[in-house]
Amino acid sequence: MELIVDNVGHDYGDTQVLRDVSFTVKHGEIVCLIGPSGCGKSTLLRFIGGLERPDSGQVLAAGDPPAGSLNPLTYIFQDFALLPWRTVEGNISLVLEDHGIKGKAARAVIDDVLRRTKLSDFGKAWPRQLSGGMKQRVAIARALSVKPAVMLMDEPLSALDSQTRELLMDDLVELWLRERFSACYVTHNLAEAVRIGHKIVVLSRRPGRIRETIEIDMPLNERGERMAELDPIQRQLWLLMRDEVREADRELTDVA
Amino acid sequence: MSHDAAAGQADIVKTHDAAAEAESAKRAQAGNIRPVPFRGGGFRHRPHLRVSLLVFVAVIVLWQLGCQYGFISTIALASPAQAFGAIMDLVHTGMLWKHVGLSLYRLIAGWTLGTLLGIAVGIMVGLFSLARAGLMPLVSALFPIPKIALLPLFVVWFGIGEGSKIATILFGTFFPTVIATYSGIDSVDRNLIRMGQSFGLTWASIVRKIIVPGALPAILSGFRISASIAIVLLVAAEMIGARYGIGAYILTAGALFALDKLIAGVILLSVIGMVIAWLIGIAEKRLLDWRM
Repeated sequence: MELIVDNVGHDYGDTQVLRDVSFTVKHGEIVCLIGPSGCGKSTLLRFIGGLERPDSGQVLAAGDPPAGSLNPLTYIFQDFALLPWRTVEGNISLVLEDHGIKGKAARAVIDDVLRRTKLSDFGKAWPRQLSGGMKQRVAIARALSVKPAVMLMDEPLSALDSQTRELLMDDLVELWLRERFSACYVTHNLAEAVRIGHKIVVLSRRPGRIRETIEIDMPLNERGERMAELDPIQRQLWLLMRDEVREADRELTDVA
Repeated sequence: MSHDAAAGQADIVKTHDAAAEAESAKRAQAGNIRPVPFRGGGFRHRPHLRVSLLVFVAVIVLWQLGCQYGFISTIALASPAQAFGAIMDLVHTGMLWKHVGLSLYRLIAGWTLGTLLGIAVGIMVGLFSLARAGLMPLVSALFPIPKIALLPLFVVWFGIGEGSKIATILFGTFFPTVIATYSGIDSVDRNLIRMGQSFGLTWASIVRKIIVPGALPAILSGFRISASIAIVLLVAAEMIGARYGIGAYILTAGALFALDKLIAGVILLSVIGMVIAWLIGIAEKRLLDWRM
């Protein structure tokens, strides 16, 4: 399944948020959205997953989701969004229950996704007992359990400390190499974008427009070793964004 | 990395013996050296179970001794022993259960009905804008009325018997429960609801599995408030129009100047209040085991 973002524009009251944003997320491709804070990238991600409606333009899904996909467009949130009153297993079971997957069938799915995210020993733990990195792993396991066609990741590593971020980034890359999921990955961290993005969409400050889209033609599994070659790309992205970030930083904001 | 670069690295990066440096600094400054003064600590509670018990017992012993040696006038206060005697009298005459049982019946019936209705209305106000717009002005207008002022009206509506007393407690507990419930729902993390929507959960599932559990801590702390309001209203209602019940017992004792009975009644109320607080504490531990 492919996603096509078609000419999306949006305003919050008098504030222009997004203008003329168009791009596609192809099958098995990770598209990173970067831009200064307040440029509407998280809003854009909410449009893509159908949690909010844009004022103009539309988001289109092309082709059928893979067989057995329960929730084709599945989010990973920055703050993990785990229910604190459910255990790790309970949080995964939550998103299966409404699809009538209970008892043995649910057990099988939960065990499978916990194994794939290396969480098998933590099924009975409460969210409060887990570190940030582990909580995000649980959120990833929960996302995998509904067999998504496209993962919508909203700054998934931004709430984590930098060492944990490194570890989880390695895990994400490994996961992609195994599962070849498609994703739209919102971040303000350029290093993350060049590490995991096949395509990087650079948004300007408010109103967010596409400044530039770059493709990085290097397999994800080689990027860890070839960091030095990615540095110039990161530098180029920073030059593109620097003035925008400076201006955005000086703006007064009324909208979150 | 090339060989030259590695060699260059070796020039800037050296290993460093921090411990040796600290040791030599200590020796060099040997004459003028002192520990940094400690300024932290305090502002922190530790449990002192013995102290709690000791103070409690000491107050009762002093009270008893004061009464015995005339330090406290028996006209002003009955001694703990006399109050205990009054309670034993109640036990022997079989009146204890008559008073306490009736009071508990009114309390439990009024509080349970008021709380159930309050939670139901609170959830509606929390979920539906129409319910909020329609009911909140009413709740705000009726909440501050001391419900005991309505007792005469309830007597007209529900009769002089149990109905009016239960209705007083029901109304008294209903409003704080509505407010606790809907503000609990308002405080549920919006992002959790968005998460539920993003996984395609049904509306009913989101309410049942995300909103209600999220509001539960606020609802349970509302229970503490409504329970203490219920006890106040119970006693007031029983003092105004009841033959039996702890409130009636205390009122009679006061009218006859039987201070031992009066204190006995107050002790019974205190025990009921503590048992309720303890039960709510257990409910919190059970239902909110996911918190600390």
